[in-house]
Amino acid sequence: MSNRAINWVDERFPLTKFVKHELTEYPTPRNLTYWWNFGFLAGFVLMLQIVTGIFLAMHYKADAAEAFNSVQHIMRDVNYGWLIRYLHSTGASAFFAVIFIHMARTLYYGSYRAPRELMWWSGQVLLIMLMATAFMGYLLPWGQMSYWGAQVITSLFGATPFIGDELVIWLRGDFAVGDATLTRFFALHYLFPFLICFVVVLHLVALHTVKSSNPSGITLRDKDNIPFHPYFTIKDLFGLGVFLMVFCGFVFFAPNFFIEAENNIPADPMVTPAHIVPEWYFLPFYAILRAIPDKLGGVIAMAMSILIFAAMPYLDRCKVPGGARYRPIYRAMFYLFVVDVFVLGYVGAKPPGGMMTVVGEVATFIYFAIFALLPFTSLWENHLLVHSEKLPPEAMRLIQEEAEDRQRHAISTAEEGA
Amino acid sequence: MTNFDTPPLGADGLPDNPERRDFLEKGTTALGASTLAAACWPYIASMNPSRDVQAKAVTQVDLTGLRAGEVRTAEWQGKPVFVFRRTDEQIADIRTSRSKIDPAADYERVQKPELLVVVGICTHLGCIPNRKGEGWMCPCHGSLYDNSGRVKRGPAPANLEVPPHHFVDEKKIIIGQV
Repeated sequence: MSNRAINWVDERFPLTKFVKHELTEYPTPRNLTYWWNFGFLAGFVLMLQIVTGIFLAMHYKADAAEAFNSVQHIMRDVNYGWLIRYLHSTGASAFFAVIFIHMARTLYYGSYRAPRELMWWSGQVLLIMLMATAFMGYLLPWGQMSYWGAQVITSLFGATPFIGDELVIWLRGDFAVGDATLTRFFALHYLFPFLICFVVVLHLVALHTVKSSNPSGITLRDKDNIPFHPYFTIKDLFGLGVFLMVFCGFVFFAPNFFIEAENNIPADPMVTPAHIVPEWYFLPFYAILRAIPDKLGGVIAMAMSILIFAAMPYLDRCKVPGGARYRPIYRAMFYLFVVDVFVLGYVGAKPPGGMMTVVGEVATFIYFAIFALLPFTSLWENHLLVHSEKLPPEAMRLIQEEAEDRQRHAISTAEEGA
Repeated sequence: MTNFDTPPLGADGLPDNPERRDFLEKGTTALGASTLAAACWPYIASMNPSRDVQAKAVTQVDLTGLRAGEVRTAEWQGKPVFVFRRTDEQIADIRTSRSKIDPAADYERVQKPELLVVVGICTHLGCIPNRKGEGWMCPCHGSLYDNSGRVKRGPAPANLEVPPHHFVDEKKIIIGQV
């Protein structure tokens, strides 16, 4: 019966073919470590945010007069409202944590390099969409931090030459952040996750075209690939279990860890809190914004700090596979970058002025200097490692094998052409 | 009957009037594209302030009981407006100084020397500066303003905005109207 049903579907829709091609026969490098778990985790958190978000929207009121109270209503009156809201608010932080690790893995192992540039760029688009969604969602509880965060970030667009002021009023629908802003942010906060889903599909189609990278950095031969299902579905699910232990720890034991106390005060357009900070995931970029003592310059630097990642496939000119693994200079730069981002995050959380300004400026300089130096250090590394054969023998053998494979492939395509 | 397989051909075997066809194709594409662009306009315009928001454009401030050295905050267009009654010393101090970042003389910014009217929104990123010492300081990024609302220290790029206003009498100001 079930076979007949599947056959019936297969005559009309490529179900079996799809499952085989994308799951049960999809070749996955057998040497993937748990660092390759985070794409799946990001997909899980996206689904969690959509589900919890839809249920929150059933009780939330996107109206400046009622928004704050409706969140209190969710927390106190709605059955399990507290759970759904804490899952959603903690989920936002978890989403960024998972995405940042996913990006760090890509940078460490050089997975952004050819032929995976489109994966890297679609991922970059996803990051920006995620930031926009999180930013708009943060306004919805209509607390003081919500309000002033939105006020500051929408003001950034005021730095646009010529049309800045008009642009900000257009974005807000009011002369300051107000009811019109709240309502449109809610509409767009609901819309964006579905656009994100669409770009995720593009990200996955690109992935299934170029296949997963792996720690060796070499395109593996058939014998070193295993099917995604069941081997990696089970590995991903195990990783999910570990993730959920940490995640639920926050949801049930420290749900307010990521919520600023100030946000328990309803939004007041007439009073700015003494010390306003963005959510933790924006802190490094916020520190870069503050490090430049000029409005337009600060906004450009902050935008560049995110957009510059797109240039990675071009900045990195080293041919050594496996990213940082076999590249001592790149590895040192990678760890310096990670430390620098943490320093920027710390500076972003502190009030401006004094020592913090200096530290922020130095850290911002280092942030961009690493990108600026990469073309030179990577070429140097190329020279140092490949031409002097200082790589470990197994890595040299892998490069050799890949070159041979490529040659064989070129010959066979040439023959087909003839 | 129209024959879709063979386009009307001239005696030379080429389509009739190729320039005319080219023009029609380009013209139709351009018309279609501009119609699409025009159709977007209502949606974009709908995000601008609605009539009721625009109606908040005028506010009346009562100055009764505002003593020298005190600031009264009024709401105008959803934004705070500082009305600051300055003391004689403060006026004397501020008359002689200038801002390096956005130079403007104090007398250009006030209608009556004792009453400063400025929008209390930091020109950097829109926070409300707090009264601090002889001026205001923005809590967000540390910009400093003097008793004339002029920026003394960045990152703010400009002085606090002076809204259009006029004095009805000694005790009343209309903000939003010259």
